[in-house]
Amino acid sequence: MGNLDTNLDRLAALEGMGCSRKRREDPRFIQGKGTYVDDIRMPGMLFGVMVRSPYAHARVKRIDKSRALAHPGVHAVLTADDLKPLKLHWMPTLAGDVQAVLADEKVCFQNQEVAFVVADDRYVAADAAELVEVEYEELPVLIDPFAALAADAPVIREDIRDKETGAHGARRHPNHIFTWTMGDKDKTDRMFESADVTVRQDMSYPRVHPCPLETCGCVASFDKVRGDLTVYITSQAPHVVRTVVGLLSSIPESKIRIISPDIGGGFGNKVGVYPGYVTSIVASIVLGRPVKWIESRNENLSSTAFARDYHMTGELAADKDGRIKALRVNVVADHGAFDACADPTKWPAGMFHVCTGSYAIPNAFVCVDGVYTNKFPGGVAYRCSFRVTEAVYLIERMVDVLAQKLGIDKAEIRLRNFIHKEQFPYTTPLGLEYDSGDYEPALRKVLAAVDYDALRAEQAQRRADPEAEWLMGIGVVNFTEIVGAGPSKMCDILGVGMFDSCEIRVHPDGSAIARMGTITQGQGHQTTYAQIIASEAGIPASQITVEEGDTSTAPYGLGTYGSRSTPVAGAAVARASRKIREKARKIAAHLLEASPDDVEFDLDRFVLKGAPDQFKSVKEVAWAAYNNVPEGLEMGLEAVDYYDPPNFTFPFGAYVCVLDVNRYTGEIRVRRFYALDDCGTRINPMIIEGQIHGGLTEGFAVALGQELPYDESGNLLGATLLDYFVPTAVETPHWETDFTVTPSPHHPIGAKGVAESPHVGSIPCFTSAVVDAFAHLGVTHMNMPHNAYRVWQQCRALGLTRPA
Amino acid sequence: MIPRPFEYHAPQTLPEALALLGAHGDTAKLLAGGHSLLPMMKLRFAQPEHLIDLGKLVELQGIREESGVLWIGAMTTENQLIWSELLQQKCPLLVEGARQIADPQVRYRGTLGGDISHGDPGNDHPALMIALDASFVLQGAQGERIVPADGFFVGTYATLIDPTEILTGVRIPVPAAGTGYCYSKLKRKTGDFATAASAVTLRMRGGRVEDLRIALTNLGDTVIHATDAEDALRGEPFDNAHVDEAVRRAMAACNPVPDLRGDEDYKRAMAGEMTRRALRTAYERSVH
Amino acid sequence: MGKKTMVSFALNGSEVDVVVEPRELLIHTLREKCLHTGPHIGCETSHCGACTVDFNGMSVKSCTLLTVQAEGADVKTVEGLAQGGELHALQEGFMQEHGLQCGFCTPGMLMRAYRLLQENPDPTEAEIRYWMAGNLCRCTGYQNIVKAVQYAARKLRGAAVESSHPLIEADAAHAH
Repeated sequence: MGNLDTNLDRLAALEGMGCSRKRREDPRFIQGKGTYVDDIRMPGMLFGVMVRSPYAHARVKRIDKSRALAHPGVHAVLTADDLKPLKLHWMPTLAGDVQAVLADEKVCFQNQEVAFVVADDRYVAADAAELVEVEYEELPVLIDPFAALAADAPVIREDIRDKETGAHGARRHPNHIFTWTMGDKDKTDRMFESADVTVRQDMSYPRVHPCPLETCGCVASFDKVRGDLTVYITSQAPHVVRTVVGLLSSIPESKIRIISPDIGGGFGNKVGVYPGYVTSIVASIVLGRPVKWIESRNENLSSTAFARDYHMTGELAADKDGRIKALRVNVVADHGAFDACADPTKWPAGMFHVCTGSYAIPNAFVCVDGVYTNKFPGGVAYRCSFRVTEAVYLIERMVDVLAQKLGIDKAEIRLRNFIHKEQFPYTTPLGLEYDSGDYEPALRKVLAAVDYDALRAEQAQRRADPEAEWLMGIGVVNFTEIVGAGPSKMCDILGVGMFDSCEIRVHPDGSAIARMGTITQGQGHQTTYAQIIASEAGIPASQITVEEGDTSTAPYGLGTYGSRSTPVAGAAVARASRKIREKARKIAAHLLEASPDDVEFDLDRFVLKGAPDQFKSVKEVAWAAYNNVPEGLEMGLEAVDYYDPPNFTFPFGAYVCVLDVNRYTGEIRVRRFYALDDCGTRINPMIIEGQIHGGLTEGFAVALGQELPYDESGNLLGATLLDYFVPTAVETPHWETDFTVTPSPHHPIGAKGVAESPHVGSIPCFTSAVVDAFAHLGVTHMNMPHNAYRVWQQCRALGLTRPA
Repeated sequence: MIPRPFEYHAPQTLPEALALLGAHGDTAKLLAGGHSLLPMMKLRFAQPEHLIDLGKLVELQGIREESGVLWIGAMTTENQLIWSELLQQKCPLLVEGARQIADPQVRYRGTLGGDISHGDPGNDHPALMIALDASFVLQGAQGERIVPADGFFVGTYATLIDPTEILTGVRIPVPAAGTGYCYSKLKRKTGDFATAASAVTLRMRGGRVEDLRIALTNLGDTVIHATDAEDALRGEPFDNAHVDEAVRRAMAACNPVPDLRGDEDYKRAMAGEMTRRALRTAYERSVH
Repeated sequence: MGKKTMVSFALNGSEVDVVVEPRELLIHTLREKCLHTGPHIGCETSHCGACTVDFNGMSVKSCTLLTVQAEGADVKTVEGLAQGGELHALQEGFMQEHGLQCGFCTPGMLMRAYRLLQENPDPTEAEIRYWMAGNLCRCTGYQNIVKAVQYAARKLRGAAVESSHPLIEADAAHAH
C-alpha cells in the first residue's frame, strides 16, 4: 500500500536488509582511529617476548635466565618451572588435548615456546630475549604423517604416552590421536564391489596459514586491588576465552573481562588460546602491571593455528553414465605436536562429512586418522568452516576424476548427479540434513555467463596445436558448504553449546543499542546486524549502535568463525527484533486505542488495519514505552534472544575458472573467474561482494602458491612474507560475482552465511582448471600449490618443456 | 624486529664520510637506502656498531650525460631512475630493470649504489650494469678509481670495493642508436627476488649480431656474465639455431642454489627461458 | 652504545620533538611516542606496507626507516589526511566503494594512494595495481580498493562522483 516513492524514501531511511548500506565501521578506520590490540596503552604497561626453540624435537636440559634477568629493564623471565606451582605449564586445547604453555622438559616443534621475557619495552625485551640460555638435547624428528604410526616412530607426546584413550576414543599408538568414521562401511564397500566403474585418487591438501595482516597479541592487566583481570585480546571468541581463562586461573568469570577490540583479520587464526596469552596473564598477575604481548609475523606463521595438512584418498563408484553410487574416503590428518584443532567436541574432523557435496550419492563412508608430528599445532583455520575446505576439495576433485575416466564433460557430470530442488531438505548418507538448494539453475547461469561451449571449443583448438605455448584449462566447481555451527546437541566447544545471542535495548528517543555474542574482524557486523534490526523492528539502521567483543556487556556467544555469525547470531538478532516488534505492536495498539490484532507493522510504523492514515511510528512507540504502556505490560523496550539453531545452513555456489598455463615456465595466468554464490537472503549486497572478493583472493593464494613445508630435520621453511605467498594487487585476478537466492527454510530471515564459501569453493576450482589444462594428456590430479615451479615439473614430465 | 644498538652518523660531505669509514673500519656499515641493510639488522643477521648514512651527500646525487657517458650518482633511488627522462630516452634498459625491482615504497628509498655494492646475488642492478658495460666510481682515502662492472662482483656479499671505499657513482656509455635491450625477470610475485632473470643488450648490423651482452641474476653465488652464450650469437644471424645455442650456453653457465623458488633444474631451465625472452625482445627493439 | 638524541620533524603539519636511540624505528616512534597509531605493523621483513607513511613527498615503509633519519622531515600519516574536519577524497572513496574490511591495511593504503594520486591524477586500473603493489591486503582482494582510488581521482579532478554500490538496487525496490 502506499506511494512507491514514499516507500522508497522510507526504505532508504531505514537501510534495512537488502540494501548496500555503507559501513558504520569505516569512519574510524579511514582516519586511523581504529583500536587494535597493539594500539592499547595502559599506565605501567610492560612488554613480553617469547623465547622459542630452534629445534623440532629436543629435551630441554637447562634454562639459564640469569643474564636476561640481570639486563636493566627486565622484570621477569618465566619458564615452565614458574608456571608449575600454578598448574599452568600445560593448558587444555579446544580439541580435548593439552598443550605446553612453556616447554616442560621437551620441545615438540620448531619455535615452540620455552620462556617468556617481560621488560620495560619491546627494545629491552628483544635484547634480553637473546640472553636467555637454553641447553637442548636433540631427538629424532618425525615429519612424515604416514610414518607416525610405525612401530619405531619417535614418540612425540611422552606426557600422554601411556594413555590408550584420548578425547575422541581409543588410541592405537603414542602418536595416534583419533580415528573417526562416519557412514555405512559395509554397504559402501559392497557398492564398490558391484559398480560398473570405480576411480581412486590420492590428494594432499598442504599445510597453509591464514596470515591475517594483524598478528596475534594481547594486553593482560590484573588489578590487584579489585581482583579483576582485564585482557584485550585478538580473539574471534572472547566469551570462550573468558571461560577458558576462568578454568585455568580459578578467577571467577564475573571478575574476568575479555575485550576483543578492533581485529585486523581473523580467518580462524584467532580462535584458540595461545601460550603468549597465558604467560601475559600470569606475568600481569605476578607483577601487578599490565603486560602486552604482540607476536611477530614469523611467530604467527610458525606457531599459531595452521590450516589443512590433510592427506586424502578418495574413491567413487558409479555407473557407466557417471551417476555416482558410492563415495569412500580415507584421510591421514597431520595435527602437529598438540591437538589444538578447534572443532566441535564430537567431531574431531569437523564437518568433513559434508564431502558428499552437492550430489545425490546414496552410500558413503569416511575414515579420518589423526596423528601427531613434530610440527606446530592447529588444523582448523583459514575460512575452512571446520574442514569443509578439505571435504569440498575432495568431492570436487573426485567428480572431475570420474568425469575424465568416463569422458564426460565436467559440467555435464555434475548436472547428472545434483540433488534436485524438490529433494530438500535432503539427508545425506553421512547424516547431514541439507536445508535447501537449487544447484542446476546456478550452474546453468554460470555456464551461460562464461559461454562455456565456446570455451571448450577454444580449448579443443588450442589442444590441436602442438606448437601452442599456452595450455588452456577450464575448472568447474559446484560446492555445497555447511556453516552456522551449530545445534547444541551436535556442537559444543569445551561443553558450551554453540548457540549465539543478541540483546537489544531501545531508548526513549527511538534509537537503540544492540550487542551480540559474535565479534567482527572485518565482516561489517556493525553495519549488517543493524540492517536486520531495521527491517525487523522498524528502527533506522543509522540509529542503532551495534557492539560486540566485550564480555562484560555482550551476551554469551561462541564468536565469529566458520561463517556462523549470520546463521546463528543473525537469527538471534532477528528474533530479538521480533520480540521488540511484538511489544511495540502492543504499545502502538494501546496508543491507537485498538486491539493488537488490528494493528499491522509497515516498515517503520504500526498502522491501523483499514485506516492507513492512522498509525504510530516506531519512534513514537519507543517514547511511549517509557511512560504510557498498556496495563499488565512492563515499561521499557528491550529483548534478549539466545538462538540454538535447529540445523546448520548450507550455502552453495557454482564457480568457473579459465586459465592459461605456460608450458615452458609453468606460469599461470588466470583469464577469468566467475563466482556465483547462493547464501539465501542477502543482507548487504556490497558487503557480500567484498567477502567474496576476499575469499576468492585467499583461495587464489592457497591454490597457486601458499605452502609451509618442513625439511627432514623439522625446520619450517618459508615462514615469512618473503616466501609465504600473499598476492599483491598485481597478481590478484579480477573477480566476477553473481548470485541466486535460495533461502534457508529454518532460518528466521532465510539467511545462510557466505564469507567462507569463496575460499572453500575457489580452491578446488583453481585446481580443477590447472589439471584440466593437462587432462587431454592423461593427468587426473596435481597437488597444490600450483606454483610455476611445480607446474613446470608437470610440463617436463609430459615432455612439454624445451628439449634438454 | 629490533636491531642491536649502534651509533649513527650522518656526514655532510664525502670526505667526512670517508673519514668515518676509516675510523670505524669493519665495525661500520654504510647506509644507503637501507632496504637491504635495515631488514638484516632487524633480524640481527647484521650487527654493525656504526651506521654511516650517505643520505646527505650531494656528491652522490644526480643523473647527467657528459660526452656520450651517463653518470648516475650512487644515491639515486630506483624511483628516480624510473622517472628520469634522460634515462628513458638514452638508457631504457635501466628504467625497465628498475621497474621490476621490489615495490613502490622500496623504490623511493632503495638506491642504485646500494643495490650494486651489497653483493646479494638476488639484486638486479649487477646484471643490468654488466649488460650496459658500466663502470663504477669508487672513492677512497687514496683517491678515486674506476672499476668496470665486469669482474666487480666476486661472490655472495663480495665485490671489489675496498672496506675503506665508497661507491660514488656509476658511468654508463650511452648505448649506440639502434641497440635493443630487455630485462626479463621471472618472479613468484611482485616484489620477490628473481627466480631467474636475464639482462640483454643487442645490436644488429648487416643482418648479423654486431655485439651483445647477456648477464644473469640470482643464478649463482653472484651475477653471471654469460660470455660463452654471447659468443654463440656474436657475428651470427639472429636465427633459431643461434638463439638456441646461446640459450643452451647461458643455462650451462648457471650454478643455481635450490630454494623455495625452485630446484637447480628448474632455475637452470628458467635461466634459459628468460634469456630466450630477453634476446627475442632485445632483437625486436633493435634496429635490424 | 647508541646514546639518545633529540629528533625534530613535522608530523601532519605540526612540529614534534622526540628523544630516541639511533636504532629506534620510525614506526615505533610514531605509534608509541607520538601516539599516532594509524600506521600499523604487519610484518618484520618490510613486505606488507601497513606502516606506510608519506615522508618528504614519498611513500615510505616507516618500519624500514630510523627515526634519526627523519630529522627535519615532513611526515604525513593517515591522521593528517582529513583537513578542516573534511575527509579527503580518498577517505570518502574507500567508504563509498567498500575499499576496506578489517581496516588494518587501510592507513597504509590511503597514504600510498595519496602520493600516487599526487604524481598521477588519472591512473588506469593496471597503474593503480602496479603502483600499490607495496601494500598487502588479506580482506578485500584489492578490487574495491582500485575502485576507491578511481573514485578519489575523479573527485580530485572535480568530476561528479557516486558509489558503484547504490544503496538500493533498482529491482530490489520493487521486491517490497
